[in-house]
Amino acid sequence: MLYLIEQCLNGIQLGMLLFLLAAGLTLIFGILDLVNLAHGSLYMLGAYFAATFAALTDSFLAGIGLALLATLVAGMALEVIAIRPLYGRDHLDQVLGTFGLLLFFNELVRLIWGPAGLTLSLPPEMLSAVEVLPGVYYPLYRLVIILATLTVALLLYALVMRTRIGMLIRAGASNREMVGALGVNIKLLYTLVFGLGAALAGFAGMMQAPLAFVQIGMGENILILAFVVIIIGGIGSIRGAFVAAIIVGIIDTIGRAFLPDLIRHFVSYSAGSSAGPALSSMLIYTLMAAVLVFRPEGLFPAARR
Amino acid sequence: MSGRLSPRNAFVAGVITILALVPVYAEATGNTFMVSLFTRIVILAIAAVSLNLIMGFGGMVSFGHAVYLGIGGYAVGILAKEGIDSGLLQWPLALAASALFALAVGALSLRTRGVYFIMITLAFAQMVYYVAIGLDRYGGDDGMTIYKRSQFGGLIDLSNKMAFYYLCLALLLATIYIVWRLVHSRFGMVIQGARSNERRMRAIGFPTYRYKLLCFVFAGMLCGLAGALLANHTDFISPALMHWTRSGDLIVMAVLGGMGTVFGPVIGAVALLVLEELLSGITEYWQIILGPLFLLVVLFARGGIDGLLAGVRRG
Repeated sequence: MLYLIEQCLNGIQLGMLLFLLAAGLTLIFGILDLVNLAHGSLYMLGAYFAATFAALTDSFLAGIGLALLATLVAGMALEVIAIRPLYGRDHLDQVLGTFGLLLFFNELVRLIWGPAGLTLSLPPEMLSAVEVLPGVYYPLYRLVIILATLTVALLLYALVMRTRIGMLIRAGASNREMVGALGVNIKLLYTLVFGLGAALAGFAGMMQAPLAFVQIGMGENILILAFVVIIIGGIGSIRGAFVAAIIVGIIDTIGRAFLPDLIRHFVSYSAGSSAGPALSSMLIYTLMAAVLVFRPEGLFPAARR
Repeated sequence: MSGRLSPRNAFVAGVITILALVPVYAEATGNTFMVSLFTRIVILAIAAVSLNLIMGFGGMVSFGHAVYLGIGGYAVGILAKEGIDSGLLQWPLALAASALFALAVGALSLRTRGVYFIMITLAFAQMVYYVAIGLDRYGGDDGMTIYKRSQFGGLIDLSNKMAFYYLCLALLLATIYIVWRLVHSRFGMVIQGARSNERRMRAIGFPTYRYKLLCFVFAGMLCGLAGALLANHTDFISPALMHWTRSGDLIVMAVLGGMGTVFGPVIGAVALLVLEELLSGITEYWQIILGPLFLLVVLFARGGIDGLLAGVRRG
């Protein structure tokens, strides 16, 4: 039972990271109408920046802050240099172009930081565990991730729904030309949106960095998971991304933790050990297939033009 | 397409001639690596041609096409490991397994379109990738060596590099011929019609879903053949066979060569793999050049190499 609670919390924590990635992706897709495969590269860049700045400043928080800024700037620069020509192009063009960018970033990171990868260590006060329920201890840092991400989600909601910038962003999504004709600098607005998505991805990367190794290609597998989240949640819907991210996070984590044992109950031990990991990694894709059968537009389809 | 000796047709004939003469050249110069490289090119060209059937002609952008390389390869590898090394059993099973998976993925993903389709094909391919990692008995993450290539009795010996190369080349030419016939048949017209205006095709009375699904399955099956060949070529299978960047490479081949024609992807496969080989000879960080190059092709040479050749003819 204790184990189950712990795994549920782990699932929520994974879901939160997926949400940060998926929110950026879906924002960029919904507003800029751009498929961005290089989104995982920004996740990776965020982690590398955080590890570098934290080592330079000797402070975890300063490292995170500087890295956020750096990812935002990198994202905006990327948009101006390479992404802008891809707007309004065929999805295939966008996929190919951003695929090229992804290869570029992987190699660039290898050139700058070397192939070995980095580590980002937590400050000692974050290493403790908290008693979340009587008798249930949970690592403080993972709770911090959940809370920080929830805060970001709320801020994002407030930004998009309650501010002038957010209003312009929503207006730009429904009619780009009209907003431009009314005197809004739509190019700058798009750059800002892309930078925001980049910062969200980078933030996810740096949150994950202390739990895993900072390495080349770290953003790719989680990017595909984020795609699954978006397909389940419905493209262009931040609310859908939030719900789907938590569902996917919990199902994936719980599946990996319990399915192999469950299978071993029914078949022989050795067969269970080998089939377990394979089957549990299929779980979320099965969920995705089921969603596609019953609701091809996703659980929370965004109203499209 | 005219039957005249246009620059494009001359170029195609030239590429085929070069492909046919590679082993002769390699034999003369003693450069055996060349045969190995070109066997790989020819096999991946089969995969790229099959992808182009659904992507270029059917408008179905699959970002998970490499999964059939994996399924075809694993079918051969798993059977070999279990002691069945007859190619007459292995290869049909590789094709059947690929077709079956394509049927399942196609039936689900063709319910959607556009960017959904891209993401879904990618996600299902990734699922198989993880399943392959979980297959401890067949090497898991590390992959597994195949100790005996597919056996075809006394018919052909696949361990002979020359014989294997020419078999792959013959299969490539057969694939091109079949796809060409298909594209120019009534079936192919329906598929292309559905790409340009699906609603209209349905209004005329064509069940486009079924046509597209059949096309998708056929392309998956052809790529499964390439997978079976690739496993025999490297004597090794691993999840890397179907890593998602491999699917990206296949798309690049099709686009680089030119999606408008059946032969384009072959040019793309030759161009991409030779370019990779050259660049990796120049610098260790060759992808830093290759990546932006993809972006430039997309932005400025949308028709691919074939488009440039067509431009020559017009100009």
